Amino acid sequence: MIPAPFDYAAPKTLGEAFALLEQHGDEAKILAGGHSLLPMMKLRFASPSFLVDINNIPGLSYIRESDGYLRIGAMTREAELEHSGLISSKYPIFTDASKLIADPQVRNMGTIGGNLAHGDAANDHPAVMLAMRAEVVVSSSEGQRVVPIDEFFFGFYMTAVQPNEILTEIRIPIPPAHTGSAYHKLERKVGDYATAGVAVQLTLGRDGICSHAGIGLTNLNPTPMRASRSEEALIGEKLTDAVIARAAEMAAEDCNPSEDLRGDEEYKRAMAGVLTRRMIHRALDRAKA
Amino acid sequence: MKKEITVTINGETRTATVEPRMLLAHFIREQLRLTGTHIGCDTSNCGACTILVNGKSIKSCTMLAIQADGKEIITVEGLATVDGLHPIQEGFHLNHGLHCGYCTPGMMLRAVELLAGNPNPSEEEIRWGISGNLCRCTGYNNIVKAIQYAGAKMRGEELPSTEPQFV
Ligand SMILES: Cc1cc2nc3c(=O)[nH]c(=O)nc-3n(C[C@H](O)[C@H](O)[C@H](O)COP(=O)(O)OP(=O)(O)OC[C@H]3O[C@@H](n4cnc5c(N)ncnc54)[C@H](O)[C@@H]3O)c2cc1C
Ligand code: FES
Ligand code: FES
Repeated sequence: MIPAPFDYAAPKTLGEAFALLEQHGDEAKILAGGHSLLPMMKLRFASPSFLVDINNIPGLSYIRESDGYLRIGAMTREAELEHSGLISSKYPIFTDASKLIADPQVRNMGTIGGNLAHGDAANDHPAVMLAMRAEVVVSSSEGQRVVPIDEFFFGFYMTAVQPNEILTEIRIPIPPAHTGSAYHKLERKVGDYATAGVAVQLTLGRDGICSHAGIGLTNLNPTPMRASRSEEALIGEKLTDAVIARAAEMAAEDCNPSEDLRGDEEYKRAMAGVLTRRMIHRALDRAKA
Repeated sequence: MKKEITVTINGETRTATVEPRMLLAHFIREQLRLTGTHIGCDTSNCGACTILVNGKSIKSCTMLAIQADGKEIITVEGLATVDGLHPIQEGFHLNHGLHCGYCTPGMMLRAVELLAGNPNPSEEEIRWGISGNLCRCTGYNNIVKAIQYAGAKMRGEELPSTEPQFV
């Protein structure tokens, strides 16, 4: 199967890319790793008349810590996250997620920016970003704006990124000491999208009381979902098995999964609960380590 | 609008005119007439179309030919040299790593990148490493053995037995 005809440009600077986006408006699509967009174009679910390939723009791929943030360039490939020493030593939640995303070939191409900008609740990074309270930097010819992750996902395949804008960076506040995080998804086979997925980040204060909690859910709602009630159930508490079990139950109650080939609603709710419980425990172990 | 691209494929430089929507897999098979790269699905799942672009294994059905402009491509036709088969080809041959052979070119190119990054992978690392390549015939065991054989040969070690094992 081949995509419908389109025209194509591969600008070498962000400025040229912005000019092309302005010229073509919402007829244009940005091509990053292409591993969500091209499959959709092959199936003719998407038929943009112009592609702006941003792979040749230098400076959009990096992983570094500065000014209190972990900063990840939008064009950083999944494989680069997977093999980064900084990520595996300090942010194991990404290592948990990266190796569950698709397969090695897809990870050689797919970018973290594309994973978020696609706006698909089945993708894995959105839940991770919700748990870590990320901010998304979106750029245009008019400058930059910073969008908190809670204001980023609008609806099915819809995000805060406007047709004249390019997502350029993801910023994650560097968590304080005694923070732990973890992600897991239930999948039918290696590389499948999640039946259910849960990301958790926790910070413990003195006396082991939970001071911060972030919980994001994958594929359990039409948009990537924050399990707010579960977070509140943890904050200010000592994380006993009973407290954790109650928070997990709340995630199962609050999510809105839809029945599909991966399972019916009841099953997915049950899995949301199980995974939330397990990921809280894993994040807690890492916070204590 | 058609555009001119130049790629280096298996060491040879080729220039051609392509429509932007032409997929790299179709370009390689239909325009360059290198039909060793197979197409096994329409959903970017099977890995039969895997090739190396600038040393990275990618699914050529999910990249545009125009994106390969200026890049170096290796397909299965580029593995053997005048001195004989590539160790990975020898491994598949001696270990019966294929039945119908449809998945084999993609498996081998994926294995080449895997071994380049991790010359002595564990069995688990091999199985994770080929998780983007589906084989509907072999049951994978002999593919794993073929990759282990190629790894040993490339490391210059004594070669594992290729006698069939009955379990
Ligand atoms: C077989 C297969 C299995 C997969 N399994 C998983 C999985 O398990 N989990 C998972 O999370 N994902 C999975 N994916 C999706 C994969 O991770 C994609 O790479 C990712 O969703 C999109 O990133 P991309 O860089 O490929 O973006 P593209 O496909 O290039 O773009 C996706 C969308 O985002 C827009 N976009 C991209 N970058 C930007 C930017 N910088 N600024 C503004 N807009 C932008 C594009 O215009 C397009 O609308 C799978 C894909 C395949 C083919
Ligand atoms: S043909 Fe199946 S992944 Fe490319
Ligand atoms: S040998 Fe037939 S699909 Fe692998």
